[in-house]
Amino acid sequence: MTAQTFNRMTPYLFLAPAAITMGIALLYPLGYMVYGSFRDWDPSQNISETDFVGLKNYVTLFFDPAFRESLSVTLIFAFTVVVAEMLIGVGLALLLDRNIRGISVLRTLFILPMMIAPVVVGLMWRYMYHPTVGTFNKTLKSLGFGGVDWLGQNALLSVIIADIWQWTPFILILALAALQSLPASALEAARIDGATAWQQIWHIKLPLMMPVLVVTALLRLIDAFKVLEVILVMTEGGPGLSTEIVALRISRTATEFRELGTAAAMSNYLLILLLILTLAMFAIARIQDARTARLARQVQEEG
Amino acid sequence: MAHERQNPAFYALLAVLIFMSVGPVLLMFVNSFKLDVDIIGGTTGLIFLPTIQNYETALCDILWYELDHLEFCSLKFGGALINSLIIALISTGLTLVIGCMAAYALVRFRFFGRDTVSLTTLMVRMVPPAVLLVPVFGLWNNEFCIGKTTLVGGWIRDVFGGRGDVCLAGTHSGIIIIYVAMNLPFVIWILQSFIVQVPRSLEEAARVDGAGPFQVFFKIVLPLIQPGLAAAAIFTFRIAWNEYLLASALSDRNTKTVPILIVNNMSEFNVEWGVIMATGMLLAVPPIIFTLFASRQIITGMTAGAVKG
Repeated sequence: MTAQTFNRMTPYLFLAPAAITMGIALLYPLGYMVYGSFRDWDPSQNISETDFVGLKNYVTLFFDPAFRESLSVTLIFAFTVVVAEMLIGVGLALLLDRNIRGISVLRTLFILPMMIAPVVVGLMWRYMYHPTVGTFNKTLKSLGFGGVDWLGQNALLSVIIADIWQWTPFILILALAALQSLPASALEAARIDGATAWQQIWHIKLPLMMPVLVVTALLRLIDAFKVLEVILVMTEGGPGLSTEIVALRISRTATEFRELGTAAAMSNYLLILLLILTLAMFAIARIQDARTARLARQVQEEG
Repeated sequence: MAHERQNPAFYALLAVLIFMSVGPVLLMFVNSFKLDVDIIGGTTGLIFLPTIQNYETALCDILWYELDHLEFCSLKFGGALINSLIIALISTGLTLVIGCMAAYALVRFRFFGRDTVSLTTLMVRMVPPAVLLVPVFGLWNNEFCIGKTTLVGGWIRDVFGGRGDVCLAGTHSGIIIIYVAMNLPFVIWILQSFIVQVPRSLEEAARVDGAGPFQVFFKIVLPLIQPGLAAAAIFTFRIAWNEYLLASALSDRNTKTVPILIVNNMSEFNVEWGVIMATGMLLAVPPIIFTLFASRQIITGMTAGAVKG
């Protein structure tokens, strides 16, 4: 091998292990899934022995009330947690953006909920929500109130609260980082002009933070569609279908009902939804970047 | 810089926030030292006799002494802990090596297909584990197999035992490969932002001295991106250590990881709270240690992953 070809091959050599791994364990399986979604596929069968059924799995799902229910539960869950976490997280970041002692200790304590296994988070909350043994109802009862049926009729709200507990710190920390990297000159200029704290937040801080916030919200939204273990441990999708998100339904369809073809089609629906969200994220991030650059220039010139 | 004085309400807010974020974890910690009678009975729950009995029950299969309170050791936690360690450590190591090489190629070289690779990496980041469940289950059980009649398959059967074809499902490698693949997009993404910051002049100086591309990479670039590697390692380990869904689909009796054990013991009607919380605490220990000692790296990783997203 000459030095010349070695140079041209170098990037491919560096890339090969990653490309091969992701090819075998991500891209090939995804292709396999698309193929399987057009077949009447049972886990005991080899896929080559299955019958081609065309769009049957997709059409059946489209008219399946249980799947529609789980799709709407997923959408309600994902959008509610993102909106709540953004409001609380950004609000707290604006409050905490001060020069205080021990801010790093604080941040350390806030990361804790995100680092712990979702399975364990589910376990903790299932205990706290327990109708008789749980912390919440025990506290309510000792204060003289009646107990709340947390994981019964309020199950969806309860899993939403658990997710807000776990992931608001993520927004808080990213928003704090964004706040602390804002151009000092712009804030200084506003202060000299006599802008109140509210005015600074509305007209300087929030607009300049916007691109980071939008990307953060969309990242969080995509992640909210991946949530599974917390809900599985807390409610197993119940009672009824009230907390059965699509991810849980996929896993039940595949393992309990043993309909791999239907589960594959379901996965594809979810994937298409996430693909749209991802593309939207790229598009919005690009627009926001341009807008912020213009805004920053304006603020700079005026200052 | 001097610290500003804040009003008391501000500190009250801080205290409430800290209590809210740490409280549930502390609650689990305290409960893991209680007998079930105390967990169910006590109203306040602060006065009780601490016991390590729950931990003994959880770890019964690797304890060197006999337990009086237990007739039969049903929870094979020790074995699961070892599986979890093997899988998380090996997959983290592999992901880092493979990931930083790929990130270097994407940052430092202009080559045919670069944009395609870069875009694909970005897009597969959004794929949820639940979507991979069906195809990976099918492939690992039926397609990624070595026939028992072939030379390699026969040799594996002779050494490890068993009857049918040798398949990826049920092995540590089967779980490791999917974790590596799942974590690669994120690792490649955040390491890119660290490699960009390495001054090119350093690499060129080394090249002038006669170092090949791999030498430049391992001797010059890698030591300089250590903070990035630490952040990537923590995130990868966290996913591999905590993941449940794919592990439960791909493992068999002998390769179960800790999260599977916890879920299996939760779904029973009568939950043994003390033991399950001790198990949960044991699973939570490594992430808690990372959080306490490497929070700076974690925050770096989080911001690098999101801001550049």
